[in-house]
Parts: sequence; C-alpha cells; structure tokens
Amino acid sequence: MQFGIFTVGDVTTDPTTGRTPSEHERIKAMVAIALKAEEAGLDVFATGEHHNPPFVPSSPTTMLGHIAARTEKLILSTATTLITTNDPVKIAEDYAMLQHLADGRVDLMLGRGNTGPVYPWFGQDIRRGLDLAKENYALLRRLWREDVVDWEGTFRTPLQGFTATPRPLDGVPPFVWHGSIRSPEIAEQAAFYGDGFFHNNIFWPADHTRRMVQLYRRRYAFHGHGLPQEAIVGLGGQVFMRKNSQDAIREFRPYFDNAPVYGHGPSLEDFTEQTPLTVGSPQQVIERTLTFRETVGDYQRQLFLMDHAGLPLKSVLEQIDILGEAVVPVLRKEFAARRPADVPEAPTHAALLAAARQEAAV
Amino acid sequence: MSLTATAGGRPVRLVAVSAGLSTPSSTRLLADRLAEAVHGELGPRGYEVESRVVELRELAVAIANQLVTGFPPPPLAAAIDAMTGADGLIAVTPVFSASYSGLFKSFFDLIDPGALTGRPVLVAATGGTARHSLVLEHALRPLFAYLRAVVVPTGVYAASEDWGTGGGEYAEGLPTRIRRAGGELAALMAARPAEPEPGDEISALERHLSDLRFD
Repeated sequence: MQFGIFTVGDVTTDPTTGRTPSEHERIKAMVAIALKAEEAGLDVFATGEHHNPPFVPSSPTTMLGHIAARTEKLILSTATTLITTNDPVKIAEDYAMLQHLADGRVDLMLGRGNTGPVYPWFGQDIRRGLDLAKENYALLRRLWREDVVDWEGTFRTPLQGFTATPRPLDGVPPFVWHGSIRSPEIAEQAAFYGDGFFHNNIFWPADHTRRMVQLYRRRYAFHGHGLPQEAIVGLGGQVFMRKNSQDAIREFRPYFDNAPVYGHGPSLEDFTEQTPLTVGSPQQVIERTLTFRETVGDYQRQLFLMDHAGLPLKSVLEQIDILGEAVVPVLRKEFAARRPADVPEAPTHAALLAAARQEAAV
Repeated sequence: MSLTATAGGRPVRLVAVSAGLSTPSSTRLLADRLAEAVHGELGPRGYEVESRVVELRELAVAIANQLVTGFPPPPLAAAIDAMTGADGLIAVTPVFSASYSGLFKSFFDLIDPGALTGRPVLVAATGGTARHSLVLEHALRPLFAYLRAVVVPTGVYAASEDWGTGGGEYAEGLPTRIRRAGGELAALMAARPAEPEPGDEISALERHLSDLRFD
C-alpha cells in the first residue's frame, strides 16, 4: 500500500498570526513538503493544478520535475491534472518528459476541475466537462500507446501522422487515476479502462464514498479487468496530530474554523464525525484510517492533506514527521496483515514494465 | 372500512414543510390545517396516510452547514429524503421582505433540481397583511415550476386577520380555501401512479450509465 500527501497549493492567511505567505514562499514550501515526504519514508507526493489565485501550482510538471531531481524514491503525482481544459497532446508530452526525468517515478490523477471560469479562459465550456474528459482521455491514451496517431474529434484540431515525443519511458505510459467526488461517469471511465479510481473523500461522509467506490469496483469487474477487489482504489484523508489529542484540537481549531472550504460552517466536532478529518493523537489517526478499509475494501493508495488552511510550513513539516514516524509504519503493518493475497498493490513503473514484458513474451 | 394503500402496497406519504420561526407559529398552524384537510379527503376514501412535518427552524444550522460544506448533516439528509420520497408536498413559508423566507429558499436550494419532478405540491404562505398574498403567484409558484413539480391551482395565503374572520361577500374564508386546496392535493396524490421503491442507489447509477459509451 502506498502512503503520501497531496496538496492543493493554496495561499492562505494563517488565522492565528494574520500572516499571508507570498507566492514564492508557498511554492518553495510545497517543494520542502515534498522533500520532507521522501525523508519521512512516504511514497507519494501529489500536487494540484489551478489557474486562479489564491492557488500557485499552475505548472505541475515544472514543479514535479524539480522535485524529481532532488528525490530518489518518491512517486510524483497530481491531484488533479485537468483533463478538460489542458490539451491532451501537451499532457502526453509533459508527463512523458517528466517520466524520463524521474526514471519512471510518475503517475497522474485526472480530474475535470470545478472552477467555472477556467473553462472559458482555456476556450472550453463547462457544460461539456464530461464530454471533454472522455474525448481528451481517449486521445491521451492513444498518444502514449500508438507511435503515429491519426485522430479527429470534437474539441481540438485533428491530428494527421502525429507522434507525441518523447515516447513513454520503456514504452510504458504513466499509470492513470481518475479522481472524482460526485460523478458516477468518472467512476465508469476509470472502470472502463481498468485505470485507478481516487475518491477524494475528505469533505464527504463515508456512506457516499462507499457507494462511489462500490460502483467503480463493480464496473471494473463488468468490463473484464478482474474481480471487484482487484480494482485500484485511492482515498484522501485529512489529519492534524499531537501526542496529546487535546493539544491537537486546541492548536488546529482556529485553522479549522477559518479554513477556506468548510470554515465558518459546522463545528470541528461535527465535521470530524461526518468526514474523514481526524484531529487527535497518532493512535486516533491510525484507528480512523483503518476504518477506511471497512468502508471501501482493501485499497492501494492513501493520500493525506496536510498543508492547508494557512498552517505554517513548520507545523506541516512536523506533521509529516509524525506521519512518517508514528502513523505510516503502523498502518503499513496493519493494512498488510488484513489484506488478502489477491488484492494487488498500486501499479508502479517497474510493475507495469514487468507486466508488459511478460505479456510480450507470451 | 378497509384501508387502501397505493399500488406499491404502502401508505400514501404526505410531507409538510414549515418555515415558521416562532413557537407556536401561524405558519406551522397553517401547515397542520392543510395536512388535516388532505387527511380529511383521503381518509374517508380508504387511503392510509403517513404524514410528517419538516420544521425548518430545527434544521436552520444544518441547512447553513450544507451550504458551506456541500453535504447534509444526518437530520437534514433524513428530512430531504422524506420530502423527495413523498407522494404529496405542502410547502408553507412566512412572507419576509415580499417573498419566501431565506431559510425556506435555502432548504429548496439543497435538493437536486429533478428530485420533485411531477410531484404534487400545495403552496401556502402566512403574513401580517393580506397585501402580500400574491407572493404565492410571483415567488412560490415559479420556484416549484422550476423544480418541475405540479402545483395545485389553489394556493393558500393566511394573513393575521384571516385567523379571526369568516368569508365575506367577495372572498371565501380561510377554512374554505384550506379545504379546497387540500382536496386538490389529495386528488393528485390519489391519482399518482405508484413508483417502484427506490432501490440500491448503485443500480440507479448503473441505469444512468447504460447509455454512456467510451471508445
């Protein structure tokens, strides 16, 4: 099982000090967080993609390429790459290039994006979001798998005799997760292709997450990729920890109360009960995270949101240290002990390459 | 007399939504009177009626929280499920600043636009003066038209004075209007074809997906 962190990349005022980091500070902080994730023994760092303030990561492969050069093991991913408003040709090129630079430590999570004006800014129409996601991804897959592509569709100019360069590393395209919170069509898309499905459950009740993942698993089997329990599932999580749970609550509450997404709404206590947010001791985080398995079945990737709501970098780095020292080692052991033998690991470049070679040999 | 259930073999479900804020509230009083009128029509015709009142005052914080977070806290989810699963709906709001109250609108802002399609709805409102009675026509009726509900012809507006006067030379009194509106809602509820019980949500999603094609 893979553990990691994902970041939105928001520039948010620290409500306890009134201080707002500059874009430069925030970008450097995201890099520091990724490096800390590797140091703490985590597996994955995933960055969001946004094209409007107060978010800084408009150019994920530039940032991930820089992080790739400064890390050895970390898998670099996205949360999410906008399959609707990016040109699929550019996605094919950018991520293949990143894959070479990072020696295969790359996968990506596709999403539609939920910021209305981004669509017209990039010449698209949000009402066609699902159609864009379907057509663009179908083209992206072909660009990575076919050396020469002739293609005609609705949303971009046709291609005749086009070859996306560089070709994917070792001829193996990056593994793709499809991220969705509410759209069954995206669960279906992931199932149809036998790709991964990431449910960003952090602001949602467990019941909803269960239904979406069940749908994906059932359709994965329907499309002939394997048994439902062999489908590749990722989940989000949101935690804040101190040794003493009362200290964690006291320190996190002002960030919670003023957070951009859910602040000035439900109480910390209600939100903790109704969503995966866990504020408390490392042991509480371990126990809560293990319950996710009961909700969706054995799954492959767990990403935590650690750096939001204006938390200062120092606190975020401390949190990642706690995650690496006290939480993830226990979770690895506990999840492994509960996992049946037929549940696969999340695909890595090495695993996909081995599978491709095996298939070629048959 | 034996009780008739709907073709689905279950009682007829009536939900009254009241956006009154005080206790006791004349908005709630009107909702109760309208629900009694529906019972009074359906009961003698052999229908078993299961009714529930949704008091938005009790859900005010939950409604605000869903506006902020995007998902309903459990008691609000239960109220929305009850409403969208009803065979008939009574919606009553006090008039605030010449329209429905903000709480009333916020509640209906939270349901899926298709969730009340074809559903019989009786609209009603209360106010301090009869001068606002057209709120039923310029605010409530368009709201439920947008939601594709079927709004009964008679809407009931109760001004303070209506609770203490009978009918006059030119207008019917409140009890007559309540009876007529209740009768209209009851007739639509009784005529409503039975729907299959909503099953597993997954199978609904699968039906929805069946026409999706990927290449």
